[in-house]
Amino acid sequence: MALYSEKVMDHFRNPRNVGVIEDADGVGEVGNAKCGDIMKIYLKIKDDIIEDVKFETFGCGSAIASSSMATELIKGKPVSEALKLTNKAVAEALDGLPDYKMHCSVLAEEAIKNALDDYYSKHPEKRKD
Amino acid sequence: MKVYADNAATTRMSKRAIKAMMPYLEEIYGNPSSLYSEGQKAKEAIEGARETVARCINGTSAREIYFTSGGSEADNQAIISAAEIGKKAGKMHIVSDKIEHHAVLHTLKKLEKEGFEVTYLPVCENGIIDLEEFEKSLRDDTCLVTVMYANNEIGTLQPIREIGKICRKRGIIFHTDAVQAVGHIPVDVEKDNVDMLSASAHKFHGPKGVGFLYAKKGIRLSNIIEGGAQERGRRGGTENVPGIMSMAEALVEETGSMEANAEKLVYLRDRLIKGLSEIPHSALNGDAVLRLPGNVNFCFEGIEGESLLLLLDDKGISASSGSACTSGSLDPSHVLLAIGRVHDVAHGSLRLTLGDDATEEEVDYMIKSVKEVVGYLRNFSPVWRDLCAGKSKFIL
Repeated sequence: MALYSEKVMDHFRNPRNVGVIEDADGVGEVGNAKCGDIMKIYLKIKDDIIEDVKFETFGCGSAIASSSMATELIKGKPVSEALKLTNKAVAEALDGLPDYKMHCSVLAEEAIKNALDDYYSKHPEKRKD
Repeated sequence: MKVYADNAATTRMSKRAIKAMMPYLEEIYGNPSSLYSEGQKAKEAIEGARETVARCINGTSAREIYFTSGGSEADNQAIISAAEIGKKAGKMHIVSDKIEHHAVLHTLKKLEKEGFEVTYLPVCENGIIDLEEFEKSLRDDTCLVTVMYANNEIGTLQPIREIGKICRKRGIIFHTDAVQAVGHIPVDVEKDNVDMLSASAHKFHGPKGVGFLYAKKGIRLSNIIEGGAQERGRRGGTENVPGIMSMAEALVEETGSMEANAEKLVYLRDRLIKGLSEIPHSALNGDAVLRLPGNVNFCFEGIEGESLLLLLDDKGISASSGSACTSGSLDPSHVLLAIGRVHDVAHGSLRLTLGDDATEEEVDYMIKSVKEVVGYLRNFSPVWRDLCAGKSKFIL
């Protein structure tokens, strides 16, 4: 059996939404270089919709694939939906990750939540809870 | 282009090694312990192989060679045997170093739980232990020194002869894990003052699942595997006759072509090192000169090793890395940490180990491919962005 699913390899080889949004409305960064994984997510939000999302990742194949898939899952979606994104949903969308790589999907979830937190801290009026 | 550049992990079997094992699979399949002629033919064959192996490492007698399942078993048996000899004499201290293979380190950990005290010597930045510090670490109750001949990750060669000389003088058993050295560089147990030495066939174009332990006359081995009277009672289990025959052939072949291979490999190795050094913020791991002929190991700042390996694999290059993700643990290679590479940088390591059949075209292709992949990964690495923006400082 291969190390990763075809889906993981596809997102690793052809990552979607790679890059930076210079005037992002929210930026989230999680992980640290010491552990070998860093994910950075940039969000452009308009009318509570995630208009654009970009990512940068330092990490292994599954970290890059998880970031790519997570951005795909929230792009064009309402913020309320992005807030509900779970690491499980990311892993499932990738047709699974090896057990010891599940933390990559957790990082992706956290990076997005982090970016949304940043957005809310800049726009407290948008917070609905 | 397909390039297999992971010869430190394992090698392709040579044609001669494959040919040498065939008669013992097809015709002379008898059990060497059986008394009828089919068994005795097998017995004679492996005893011949034992002499061959002893000759290739300049052992004085075939009786000093014990066939094992490979390097790990040989390491285990050597260390446990020396520890038991020490224990009987009330000597419970062992000296080793921080960059040993896990077959050695884990065996030492086990002994620590049993009451042995182990000194793990640090290594210098080039991966070589300091002889003065080594000598100072020896005590009256030191029963064993175990230091590897050549490191499997960074290819560093240790001053084995000098270490052996010091051990001889002080009457301490000296074991060396020579898994990466045998068949690649001259190994001479007499000149090197070695008491015990481990080797593995698949590292020198022989088959997997077979290796040997050299133990100088007078050193009583403890059994790891109990059973029959094989290997002079020191290792139970029917001998791996085809494997042993093939290993001996591979060793003869590799020993014979060693000088020519090494000369070619050093040239290719240095060409590869020079090419990869052109990548900004990279560094060679290990010593530039005192290293195995085919070993190249680099760290590239701002990227992670596993993704590097996967993309190189897409380009047809088989390589290895000391990143945490490739080891299945949270920490990067203990060897890279021991030579002073910080975690951030150690995660971005790449090991390329050339085989005898390596070519200049392959080396140039690897240089080009690694440059491309490192550049590509850095392009969307937040670590690299911060480094370039001056938000964090370059280490390399």
